Amino acid sequence: MPSPKTTIRVGTGAGFSDDRIEPAVDLAERGKVDYLVFECLAERTIARENLTRTKNPELGYTPYLVERFQAVLPACTKNGIRIVTNMGAANPLGAARAVRREAKALGIPDLPVAVITGDDVADIVRKNPQLPLMENGEPVESLIPRMASANAYLGADMICAGLATGAPVVMTGRVADPSLFLGSMMHGLGWRYDDYSMLAVGTLAGHLMECAAQLTGGCFIDPGKKDAEDAVNIGFPYADVTADGKLTLGKLDDSGGRLDVMTCTEQILYEMHDPTSYITPDCILDITDVEFASENKHRVRATGARARPRTPTYKAVVGYHDGYIGEGEVGYSGPNALARAQLAEKIVRERLKKRGFTYPEIRVDYIGMSSQHGMGVGDKVRPEPYEVRLRIAARSPDRKSALAVGFEVRTLHVNGPSGGGGGSNGIREVLAVKSILIPRDMVKPQVTVEGTL
Amino acid sequence: MSTQTVKVYDLAHARAGDKGNTSNVSVTAYDEKAWNILREKLTPEVVMKAYSEIAKGPVTRYELPKLRALNFVIENALGGGVTVSLAQDMHGKSLSFLMLDIELAAG
Repeated sequence: MPSPKTTIRVGTGAGFSDDRIEPAVDLAERGKVDYLVFECLAERTIARENLTRTKNPELGYTPYLVERFQAVLPACTKNGIRIVTNMGAANPLGAARAVRREAKALGIPDLPVAVITGDDVADIVRKNPQLPLMENGEPVESLIPRMASANAYLGADMICAGLATGAPVVMTGRVADPSLFLGSMMHGLGWRYDDYSMLAVGTLAGHLMECAAQLTGGCFIDPGKKDAEDAVNIGFPYADVTADGKLTLGKLDDSGGRLDVMTCTEQILYEMHDPTSYITPDCILDITDVEFASENKHRVRATGARARPRTPTYKAVVGYHDGYIGEGEVGYSGPNALARAQLAEKIVRERLKKRGFTYPEIRVDYIGMSSQHGMGVGDKVRPEPYEVRLRIAARSPDRKSALAVGFEVRTLHVNGPSGGGGGSNGIREVLAVKSILIPRDMVKPQVTVEGTL
Repeated sequence: MSTQTVKVYDLAHARAGDKGNTSNVSVTAYDEKAWNILREKLTPEVVMKAYSEIAKGPVTRYELPKLRALNFVIENALGGGVTVSLAQDMHGKSLSFLMLDIELAAG
């Protein structure tokens, strides 16, 4: 094994499953990165992919897996860049095989892929129905008959172990997002898993980078108020990290977007609750004293991260079937648009009732007016807009009731108030998630390698 | 109502994140003066009132003086959570702009 370096560069290749493809290629070709980390797994994705795998045992990994590897493998192979990703979703082994097939087609006959498994804890949950749900303290037992998936967030130690095999690619299912980055740094810089001052730095870096463009001008621009250059070609971030824990975030000089103290400050608090206790499988990060300082137009230094020892448990997300959501939409414009939309709502509600359907929850949106922040309170009641799009959505344990919602909106096309246009309707199956904590000794993560090292 | 007011929008920038049925909205002051106004006037009570139509609360406020930022954690705010919400904006990404629309007494 080569001796650890004193500085490494870790880039973000994707921040969610449907992210853009080219920014990762730019980093692989011109970014001088040592590791490229693709984070592609939202909370409920594994539950959905588990259903896919049930239908086809070879699938169950992230839908854009092949496209992403096709795009970056040539440059990563040429430049010796290691790839770390949770694109394996519900089937890391199947994903590894798909990547190896794609590599072969690109002229790499035997690309070794380290596969991390053991995050699937469905059997552990079935054997331990007493485990309490974090949301309400009730035992997980009642969800078990409807369970679609249960996966523990594994930590950076497994990423480090995967990289230690020497395989150019590490493929995982559920691993905590920052751990994908921290594990790369542990491997590249020789950090120990009990060196909490370094785990703090790597976890902070991972937290800042896991959402890709959200650090570099994505989810940021407000025209005229907060602008960024070339919003069409926002680049993805990289982190330069030294063995003694100096952290600098950056982006390519010629990429679009912006990376500065403002974007870093927005992203450090993204999905953060108590800033003294950001819990990952690796440590408890405290960002209270973190400060950002601009190094140049495209680089920001981050200092002040601290961490306390990790908890004795893994957090796991249990995905389960939770009925259906049915919905329908129709638009009204011009004089009296709101009143016509309101009448349409009344008609749909009364017809659903008359037909005997009841729902635990019905939601009505006047899109263009109240669909995101409500109708307004006090002296902030929303003004009536020129056009209003009525949307009615309801949840139901049974499919038939859910379908009726869209049906009754659809029938307004001919039977409803004047000038209703552009109707749409649909139904979807709900995969809900709840969380549990599992004692660490129950979970048995493993590394295996597909291919020849 | 003719008292002088200032919008949070003119004092700070904001970003919203989600975890389960909880939304967090960070508010970062543009400068020291704005930071002092926000710290004094953008209380959890003020925020709870602004979000009352869509969130049950409670609202917890964390202060990060070194970043000149406040972090508001607003519970029971996302229609049961991203995976089950009936809302179109199930992540509550737009909730940062509800924060920025809050008016504070300027005096």
